[in-house]
Amino acid sequence: MKEEFKVISKFIEEKSRVLDVGCGDGILMEYLLKNKVVDVRGLEISKEKVKKCLSKGLAVIEGDAENDLRQFPDLSFDYVILSQTLQAFMNPENVIENLLRVGKKVIVTIPNFGHWKVRLDLLLKGEMPVTKNLPYQWYNTPNLHMCTIQDFYNFCNNKRVNIYKSISLNGEKISNITTSNLKYKNLISELGIFLLEK
Amino acid sequence: MSNLNEMKNIIIGKTLKLDCGKEISNFPLAYETYGNLNEKKDNAILIFHALTGDQYASGINPITKKEGWWNYAVGPGKSFDTDKFFVICANVIGGCMGSYGPGTIDPLTNKPIGTNFPVITINDMVNAQYNLLDYFKIEKLFAVAGGSMGGMQVLQFVSNFPNKARVALPIACTASHSAQNIAFNELGRQAIMSDSNWKEGLYDEKSTNPDKGLAVARMAAHITYLSKQGLQEKFGRNLQERSDLKFGFDADFQIESYLRYQGSVFVDRFDANSYLYITRAMDYFDLTKQHGGNLSKAFKDTKTKFFIISFTSDWLYPTSENKDIVIALNAIGADVGFVEIKTDKGHDSFLLDVPDFLSTIKNYLNTTYSNINERRI
Repeated sequence: MKEEFKVISKFIEEKSRVLDVGCGDGILMEYLLKNKVVDVRGLEISKEKVKKCLSKGLAVIEGDAENDLRQFPDLSFDYVILSQTLQAFMNPENVIENLLRVGKKVIVTIPNFGHWKVRLDLLLKGEMPVTKNLPYQWYNTPNLHMCTIQDFYNFCNNKRVNIYKSISLNGEKISNITTSNLKYKNLISELGIFLLEK
Repeated sequence: MSNLNEMKNIIIGKTLKLDCGKEISNFPLAYETYGNLNEKKDNAILIFHALTGDQYASGINPITKKEGWWNYAVGPGKSFDTDKFFVICANVIGGCMGSYGPGTIDPLTNKPIGTNFPVITINDMVNAQYNLLDYFKIEKLFAVAGGSMGGMQVLQFVSNFPNKARVALPIACTASHSAQNIAFNELGRQAIMSDSNWKEGLYDEKSTNPDKGLAVARMAAHITYLSKQGLQEKFGRNLQERSDLKFGFDADFQIESYLRYQGSVFVDRFDANSYLYITRAMDYFDLTKQHGGNLSKAFKDTKTKFFIISFTSDWLYPTSENKDIVIALNAIGADVGFVEIKTDKGHDSFLLDVPDFLSTIKNYLNTTYSNINERRI
């Protein structure tokens, strides 16, 4: 079980209704179902992964968040999860707006482009960074809109989106991000996990 | 049809009010079953057939001596595993495999009912088949499933009986028959009715048979079941048992010969009037209109788990139309799964050996069945 998923599941209250956007093989969905969530749905773009989910009896539909979130009514889920996918959208702003429309609360995780290894790659080598969490070359990366934890904070502030909780993940180390340690966490976190509400 | 006597059927005594306004009662519904109903009676699956199907979904059809229409999917260890599930399949009313249809002999005249048979709908078909639950004393089916017109019946069934199936599998279908599909059906009907042997539907009395018209109807429809790419790969411009073009209207090309063959074998097993009635029922199907233009309302009371499947190369019931059903279900928070299976086999994919499709259904049904049982304990 990924550390990230443990953090996400701690955010979620019992018996809630959850939508996992970009649910992959459904590992998080299964974990949530076994633990506390009674009703979890998934949206996934890859046919192979959708088939895996359906083979496990999970309620997953094939589709992509940029087009298929529209069909869900306002506030129809207690939580909507978006795990490490935001940077791959054509229009992340739109997607976030839709997530906040569909979910009462939204959980977003982002690979942090502000991590020191990323900064160092660009600073010392003068090349686009390639790391464990961001293993692609500039010409084949699916990540169109990379951002840092600081960027995401600024974005939420501008859009008047409340950040209820924010967690830093560095390897297996889990810690809180606060306004006072934001600069530092933006340097050492590989992943940022945010609980949002409009 | 000497084996007609060996067919299983129930006589439905209850009066069924049809959508056209007429009432029918004491009519036969022919069915077949596979596997065994367990003690708890919680393992039954009702499968609905498509336009030219019948109750013989699996094994060898005793009338045609050919494999059942869904032999790839139904049987021991298959998608609908008859070692585990009790599969019931009935011939739709309007059909020609033992159920009440235009070919049924009217006891008053001792002649086939022919075009005096009432125009029936998908709703009527489903309401007639619902009697099978009473007959087998099944409180709730584990699943209802079907492709094409079978899928339409799945949708109608859940809409009519929201609490009677745990799982619904509508495959390669639509909630509302499109203009294009009505057009293709009309082409088929016109082919039959323009055959001088059709005799206004009284061909049995006159000892004729509109074979040519029915064969043409089948040929045209068959093309719509396949994809352009599939046809190209299978036949291309290959010639039929000849090395050169013959400069005539014989079947020079393999595809011509193939279609002629499909038409000719079809007339041996299917009744022309049934073809008219069943295609009409498909054309009349509009579940959205039944619910005042809001498809979601069709499913508002249901707790049924839906699993909707479409195929990439199906242009007759394309993914977009299947997705409309998904969207309607999501709008009311219903439990729905959906996948579009990649294949070049066209609309016919659901009847063919498409491993991804068959294995996903199998795993979905098996896991869901055990999940339901675990939660009950």
